Amino acid sequence: MRIDGKGRVDRSRPVTITFDGRKLPAYKGDTLASALIANDVRVVGRSFKYHRPRGILTAGSEEPNALVEVIGHANQTPNTRATVQEVFEGLVAQSQNRWPSLAFDVMAVNDLAAPFLSAGFYYKTFMWPRRFWEGIYEPLIRRAAGLGRLSGKHDEGVYEKAWAHCDLLVIGSGPAGLMAALTAGRAGADVILCEETAEVGGRLLSDDGQIDGAPAENWVDLAVAELASLPNVRVMVRTTVTGAYDDGTFGALERVGLHRRPRPNLPRECFWRIVARRSILAAGALERGIAFENNDRPGIMMASALGTFLNRYGVVPGREVTLFGNNDSTRLTARCLMAAGVSVAAIIDARADAPDEAGTTVHKGAVVIGTRGRMGLREIAVRKGSTEFRVATDVLGISGGWNPTVHLTCHMNGRPQWSPDLAAFVPSGGAIPGMLVAGAANGTFSTHGCLAAGAQAARVSLTALDRVAPDVALPQAEDAPYRIAPLWAVPGTGRAWLDFANDVTVKDVALSAQEGFASVEHMKRYTTQGMAPDQGKNSSVAALAVLADATGRGIPETGTTTFRPPYTPVSIAAMGAGARAEGFAPQRFLTSDQASRDRGAPMIEAGLWYRPSYFPKPGETTWRQACDREVTMVRTSVGVADVSTLGKIDIQGRDAGRFLDFVYTNTFSTLPVGRVRYGLMLREDGHVLDDGTTTRLAEDHWLMTTTTAAAGLVMRHLDFVHQAFCASMDVRFISVTEHWAQFAVAGPGARDLLASALGRAPGLPFMGVQAVTIQGVPGRLFRISFSGEEGYEIAVPARYGEALFRDLTARAETMGGGLYGMEALNVLRIEKGFITHAEIHGRTTAFDIGMDRMVSAKKDCIGKAAAARPGMVGAGRDQLVGLKPLTDTPITAGAHLFVQGTAITRENDQGYVTSVGYSPTLASWLGLAFLQNGRARHGETIRLVDHLRKVDVLCSVTDPVFHDSEGAKLRA
Amino acid sequence: MRLNCPHCGPRDRREFYYYGSDDYLTRPAADAPPAAWDDYLHNRDNPAGILRDLWYHEQGCTAWLRVTRNTVTHEIMAVEDVAALRAGAAR
Repeated sequence: MRIDGKGRVDRSRPVTITFDGRKLPAYKGDTLASALIANDVRVVGRSFKYHRPRGILTAGSEEPNALVEVIGHANQTPNTRATVQEVFEGLVAQSQNRWPSLAFDVMAVNDLAAPFLSAGFYYKTFMWPRRFWEGIYEPLIRRAAGLGRLSGKHDEGVYEKAWAHCDLLVIGSGPAGLMAALTAGRAGADVILCEETAEVGGRLLSDDGQIDGAPAENWVDLAVAELASLPNVRVMVRTTVTGAYDDGTFGALERVGLHRRPRPNLPRECFWRIVARRSILAAGALERGIAFENNDRPGIMMASALGTFLNRYGVVPGREVTLFGNNDSTRLTARCLMAAGVSVAAIIDARADAPDEAGTTVHKGAVVIGTRGRMGLREIAVRKGSTEFRVATDVLGISGGWNPTVHLTCHMNGRPQWSPDLAAFVPSGGAIPGMLVAGAANGTFSTHGCLAAGAQAARVSLTALDRVAPDVALPQAEDAPYRIAPLWAVPGTGRAWLDFANDVTVKDVALSAQEGFASVEHMKRYTTQGMAPDQGKNSSVAALAVLADATGRGIPETGTTTFRPPYTPVSIAAMGAGARAEGFAPQRFLTSDQASRDRGAPMIEAGLWYRPSYFPKPGETTWRQACDREVTMVRTSVGVADVSTLGKIDIQGRDAGRFLDFVYTNTFSTLPVGRVRYGLMLREDGHVLDDGTTTRLAEDHWLMTTTTAAAGLVMRHLDFVHQAFCASMDVRFISVTEHWAQFAVAGPGARDLLASALGRAPGLPFMGVQAVTIQGVPGRLFRISFSGEEGYEIAVPARYGEALFRDLTARAETMGGGLYGMEALNVLRIEKGFITHAEIHGRTTAFDIGMDRMVSAKKDCIGKAAAARPGMVGAGRDQLVGLKPLTDTPITAGAHLFVQGTAITRENDQGYVTSVGYSPTLASWLGLAFLQNGRARHGETIRLVDHLRKVDVLCSVTDPVFHDSEGAKLRA
Repeated sequence: MRLNCPHCGPRDRREFYYYGSDDYLTRPAADAPPAAWDDYLHNRDNPAGILRDLWYHEQGCTAWLRVTRNTVTHEIMAVEDVAALRAGAAR
């Protein structure tokens, strides 16, 4: 219910939300949790394993129970913490892990079966029979397990990622964080202050405390105004710092639009990478519970959460409150509740020497031993010494002490230290370079202590940043000592919950120890304690304390499990923001791209490039028809293709020839100016790296081409070889791939086409190059061929690419030729036995592809020594051959080769097919393959088997060059 | 992670390509015994502690760099230009 005059929600701005189909009134500034409490909704979810009715336990991001699905227009976000989700007009949420409804859940039968569902149940039960796993056990478990559901649709939401740099990152904006930000901000440092919730202030907004004799929130308002006035301070609310990484880098998740009505272009979340020279962790502390029988009823929650709901949101979850604790925090909660007119029935204090409290009864040395009220707390049972009695109450606030939020200090291998005085783990100093921990996160719990620690941490940080640390007057605030008597679990026989999110009880932890899983890491995995979305924030310290008790070791010896990022869940969509659909990878387009698309060419991806697959003509219904026509066109007339994707590297310097001799297997230094040579490059391990042509444009000026796929790889390789082994050579190179548009003109009509384009006959020998001027534009003409026909490649600066492409296309078409795409290009080169990266795939040697004679004996080169190792040459190697099926049957790349009559087994495998295509020239399917000792087996019949695509064909083994093996056409 | 490129200053690791141990810099002679080549190509230490490895500033100055770092603490002790280190080497 709402309490008049309390809370910071904006009562002038009512909104309506929907929960489980019910429309509920709320105010701007409410969280879904506070709105549900205001409307007296008690049960908000069902527990993970036993499907027990559960209510809201906390008021923060550590919430283990109140996980709901938030239903958006195009997305459904499961496991949203109701304590984090802010309301807006039209918010729709629903409870999860229940069927058919929250009030009646069929799976609650698990609760009755609890004696059989102890820790390790799955490990023990679903062991046998083995064949039951896939068919029966797994689907069954999957259906029963898990919380919330996804929509099954693509998440169309907008997400962002961003980077920020600062002198000082302050994490948390309670008294310590605010004081640190003020101190550093006044000194002129570049400060980022991150606050997880919607408002700066931390516990100062949750507790009913005073600063300088006035309500603490007044001081917060002044501090916020001052920070806003400082241009060097950035305050980021709704931003959780989720991880600490190397070099002062932090991950942070900002909820940009989750608290507003969705609209186009409003990002949902932004994942930040913040680089800070120094940092101050002022993330506060999390209150922890005490385990006792049936401590998970709706209406049982953290004592401090009652204070937060009352003071920040003006709501209380019942009429009659009882508090149970082992420290003085219960008193703070009791006082603010009573001041707001809420009845506090009693305080059950485990400490025998607990102080009295005006306005309510304190049962000293007493503990809660049981509760009643399945769908909402009605009554608790209390034991004091040997007497037991009952207290009627609908709300029980618990405080088992406070756990400093040490998480970020442990993200780089740091381990927290046990403080017996605080009965809690505190951060070890220096665990994150450049980070100081201040306030409750460091075990300092009084308001005065937090303010002083925040100021001091800022001063130390400023000194480290070479700035003058100003004297800052500390405001007046309470400085009460922290008094606690540890109590983790009240002894009893019933089930007492530790981990609410994963339904782990005290008994489960004890059973784990009893069954030999006594290390804290084993206990975690055996019981699943700490493995739910809250990652054990509410339960881990208590669970290891119970484990310590069960094993007879102390808490420091038992230790903690490893804290890993993220502190709270981060959606994958936020981390991968922008990398969806077209944002996944850069797209590279040819200068002829539009001209090709204008002709209806489908594009295929080649690395990041988009290349035309084929150019359909009217009447053609399949790609094969277009491809066959284009191949025949090149063989009989003339074809034009854009080959600009090949890597081009401009190489200059007096030692360029010597350098090329070292990276290529063959010799280049002897190449005359104006000539082109084919070259083969090896990796240092002796396998083929890449192939291509290199042209000598002038005495000290060369142009290397690489395959499309290996352009970047070769550039990197050249840079490495140069800098690591030839640093003193006079040679420099740069990629010019995108500076030149280059078109292949191939076929018997190629010479005539070029003559018409250039206005003169090219008069160029095979493997020659010349500077040309084409319609006033200076370019380069190469006589090279990847089709086996008389072929030229003409290159012009990229800005003239499209115009030249359209011009060449028009000229080709008037001659009866035209464009050809990647499919035809591939068939043409298979007919000619030319290799691509399908053949030089990283495991083949120069010997394997029949080019071992290209490895010069007269000089050293990269890969030469390794290529001569035993096993890299010889009859045992799979060697490149051609394949031709004996019947008119398609064959497939990826198929394997077997000797006829042998069993089709791995042991009998003789090789594999790398490329196939249908040759209209030879009216047959053709393949390139690697076959054991293949060069000696031309003429043999081999069996080709592809189990995946159900192909089983006999093929004749041939030379890999099917067409014009003498090269007469090439050299015409 | 950031590397302090001697040419470009501190840059995000996404600008760099990682290669491997700086053993790659000590290429055996062409006629070295097979064991030397085997060592060079395949055998690597995997220390918990100081490691020297090679990075390429692919989206920057295209310099190959030798990085000395601690695999346990992630501390980066030195980032050196390979070409400068190897300027005196043969070829």
